[in-house]
This record gives sequence, structure tokens and C-alpha cells, in this order.
Amino acid sequence: MPIYNMDFETMPREALESIQLSRLKATLERVYATVPFYRENFNKAGITPSGIKSLKDLQRIPFTVKQDLRDNYPYGMFAVPMENVVRIHASSGTTGKPTVVGYTKRDIATWAELMARSLAAGGATSKDIVHNAYGYGLFTGGLGVHYGAERLGASVIPVSGGNTKRQIIIMKDFKPTILTGTPSYILHLAEVAQEMGVSFEELHFKSGIFGAEPWSEDMRRDLEEKLHLKAIDIYGLSEVMGPGVSIECYEAQKGLHIFEDHFIAEIINPETGEPLPYGETGELVFTSITKEAFPVIRYRTRDITSLNPEPCVCGRTHVRMQKVSGRTDDMLIIRGVNVFPSQIESVLMKSKDIQPHYQLVVDRVDNLDTLTVMVEVGQEFFSDEIKTLQNMEHKLSNDIKEYLGVSAKIKLVEPKTIQRSEGKAVRVIDKRK
Amino acid sequence: MKVEQISIFLENKAGRLAEVTAILRDANVNIRALSLADTTDFGILRLIVNDNQAAEIALKKEGFTVGKTNVLAIEVADVPGGLNNVLDPLTSAGINVEYMYAFANTKGHNAIMIFRFHDLDKAISILNQNGIKVIKGEDVYNL
Repeated sequence: MPIYNMDFETMPREALESIQLSRLKATLERVYATVPFYRENFNKAGITPSGIKSLKDLQRIPFTVKQDLRDNYPYGMFAVPMENVVRIHASSGTTGKPTVVGYTKRDIATWAELMARSLAAGGATSKDIVHNAYGYGLFTGGLGVHYGAERLGASVIPVSGGNTKRQIIIMKDFKPTILTGTPSYILHLAEVAQEMGVSFEELHFKSGIFGAEPWSEDMRRDLEEKLHLKAIDIYGLSEVMGPGVSIECYEAQKGLHIFEDHFIAEIINPETGEPLPYGETGELVFTSITKEAFPVIRYRTRDITSLNPEPCVCGRTHVRMQKVSGRTDDMLIIRGVNVFPSQIESVLMKSKDIQPHYQLVVDRVDNLDTLTVMVEVGQEFFSDEIKTLQNMEHKLSNDIKEYLGVSAKIKLVEPKTIQRSEGKAVRVIDKRK
Repeated sequence: MKVEQISIFLENKAGRLAEVTAILRDANVNIRALSLADTTDFGILRLIVNDNQAAEIALKKEGFTVGKTNVLAIEVADVPGGLNNVLDPLTSAGINVEYMYAFANTKGHNAIMIFRFHDLDKAISILNQNGIKVIKGEDVYNL
């Protein structure tokens, strides 16, 4: 697959790091001068921007966390006057105040460039038609992909989320070749297509670029089998930019290249804040080094992954992050055992017949945590014999126990019992709170 | 010889069974026989109906998981020991009954029972050897 920006994406590490350092210094100078939060934070830690002389010095700067963004709601973290801001996005704010992010004209151009790079890495060219099923609106997914596809010169169908039956008809008639959306919504699309008697085999997709929520390798197999396309993981978060912070390449599908000419990535121990070396798993931290309106310094993403600096077959020199395996705030502690929904997903998806729709319900009964995994009984999974279904329940329960060390009750439910989302899936219901 | 049975996955929820029967009523499907096997959380409803295709389409349309299995409809003499006469030769041949249920038969003197075996063909040949009547599918749907 052609690389969109050969100069930057395949730049030798040494040159890349020197660009990173000069961009980092400029960013630090700017936030110190324009954002009171950063100035106070640096002062408290006894740091001045001019004291940062190497990339390693970045580790001396205090972290920024989600709560800091909330405390400065809505515009307190902006580093440019409002007249220079041309776009505002916001996170959903399901767990508190939303976080508001802004973009200058140049930020939008940078984002479009990085999304164009991402789409190209995922197999798109200017000849392709992109069916963009990410939601358009305050959420960064829809517009992020949209601008990137236009920058690449592809044709974009701004279909957004929802109106699923109509989407299937559009996919049949408009013949899009690249599919984008959240994996949970895409699976819902596949289900509705099947009900309508439309097979993805007759459609024209060559790759699907899916993100905005973590999904497992087993989910990839399922997506690729059901949708007859190559499933590519894309990563991003609105605080750092939106989708297009990192992308898997079509060639390797093994780790997501982080666009390091725009972001510096670190992995830290989420408990101590200690930086971890390449290869070790911990919390991903980003510093933006080209953003104007909403720069972030050592922003803790709460996403769990590791970094791999080894050269990639695709030719990109940018470091790769593993697929995100969970979030520090997604982590459930069940009877003292740390459990990530993605781990349960992996166990479930190992059984071929299981639908990728599941939900975890955590409760406390008589002061004891209980975990119930709701699994839908689809056509492939069903049997007319009770014992077959019960054996399946036991098998899943044993597998979870063996793999995660936690007891789970499997509850078989009818198809479509678990609510389908048009954006990010709700995987966990924690009734203990 | 075989009879096609449809089975439906049901959660243990009030009113769920009535929803199924309403769907079948609206599809103009007549239930010939049924059995409900249940656990604390879910149940499996097994049905012999007069029109499998119409039932399957109507139920799937409403989002139910519908399975199809072949079973045998066997005539059982309505006298003491009648059922035992059917089971004995099968037991000797090592054929296990997965489940069975009775059929409402207003015609004739004998009872009809639905049996599920893993090895249907073997069961049929043993029943034939012992002169036990296995009723044909098309006859069952229209009894």
C-alpha cells in the first residue's frame, strides 16, 4: 500500500527525534505562556520550558489527567484566543462533565493529513469510496474520517451512525470499498444485512477501519469472516486529536503506528507514574507537539498497551502500540481480581458459534461480588437439548475461571436482548456503585 | 419416517410463551404437539406444527432463535406396558432416549409419542423389526 507521507512516515529515528525535540520545546514555551493550568503545574514542579533540553527531560513534567480538563471546562485549556478556533468537539461526558476540545485551521489540516495517512495505511487510495458509519457531530469519529478521506482524494459517503437498513441499501447500490465505524456498530450492521438477506460477499469492501473502542484479535477474525474484508484498527481520542493518532498498516496488521512527528508517546506504570521501557505494558501517555488550540502535555489516556520500536515490514519507522487491551478505568475488580472486559471477550470469541454481543453485569450479593456474563443464543449456538446448552454454559464459565481466575455465571439470553449501540458498545453494567 | 420438529430458545420471563403462541396464531399455524424443557434461566420449547416453514419464518421475523431437529412419532398401545414395549427393544440395542413427549391424538385407539434419539435410523430399523409403528411426517402434521 502506498505511504501517504513518505518523508515523515519513514523518517530515520534520529531525524524524527530531533524534530520531536524542537517541536516539544516550542509547544512547552507556548502552553507555559498561554494556559494558566500548565504554567501553575510547571511552577509547582519547579520546571521552566527552557529547562527541557532532551526528550528524556519530558519525564520531569507533571501529568495531565481527565479531571484537569474537566476542572477547566469548557475553554480553560485552550492555548489560542477563541477567534482562532474554527472547530469544537466534545466527549460524551457519560461519567461527568464532557471534555471540550478546540481546533485551529492548522489543527484541522494536521488532523486531515493524519487521517489521510491512516486511511492510506489501511488500504484506501484516491480511487476508493469510503462508507463512513462513524457518528457525525460532537464526537470526533465522523468528521475526522471525513476530512481525511477528502484529503486523500477518496469519495466519502457521510452516512453517519443509525438508519441501519438504509445503510445496507447504500452499501449495495453505491458500492463503497472502505468501511469505517465502531466495531460494535459494524457488527450490528452485519447482523441487519443478514436479516435483509444481503451478504457482505456480494458487497465491494476491501478493508474496514474500525476504532473508538478497544477490540480483540478474536473480534478481528470474526469481523473479517463476516464482512469479507481486512479489519484494520485505528486509535485516537478527542483529547489528543481524535481518530488518526495511530493506525495499523494493511501489510502487517500487527500494532498501530503512532504518528510520532505529531505526538510523543510514553508508557507508564499506572499506579506509580514511573515511565516503563519499550515492550512493557502500562498506561499510554501522550504529549502533542504540533497542536495549536488544544495542546496536551503528558496526558494520561487510561488506555493499556505497550510500545514496540522494531522496524515494520511496511517501511514506517514510527513506533507501534499494541492493540489496546483495556482501560485503567474499565478495569473491574471482582473479588480482588482485576478483570478487563476485553479479556472476557477473548474467551467468548474463541467459541466460533458465539455472537459478538455480550454484556457483563457485576453485582454484590451478600457482600460478595458476582459476575454474570450475558451471551446471546444465536442460530449457530442453539440446540434442542438442554444439556448441550448447559454444557456450553459450563464450558464458558470454566474457560473464564481458568483464563481470568474469576468465577462467572453465564446467562444465555435471547437474540437482540443486549442493546445494540450506534456508537460505542456498553459492555459493563456495574450495579455495585 | 422422520418428523421435523422446531425448537425455540426462550428466556424464563413472564409472558414469553404467550408471545410465541400469539405469533403462531397470527401466522395461522396449528400446534400439533409441544413440550417445554426448562432450567432456572431458560427453556427450550419444542413443537410439532402443521406448517413448519410458516412457523419458522414468523418466529425468526420476531427475532426468536429457531432450530430444526428430526424426531420420530411412534404409536404406543394405550394399555398397561404399552410404552415399555417400545422402550425395551431400544434399550437392548443401546439406544438412548434424549427426550420424549406425548401427542394429542383424537383419532385412533393408540397413543402417539414423540421421541428424540441421536441415531434415528438405527431406532427406526429396530422399531420396524419389532413391529412398532412409526408414523410418517406428513401424516403427523395433518393428524
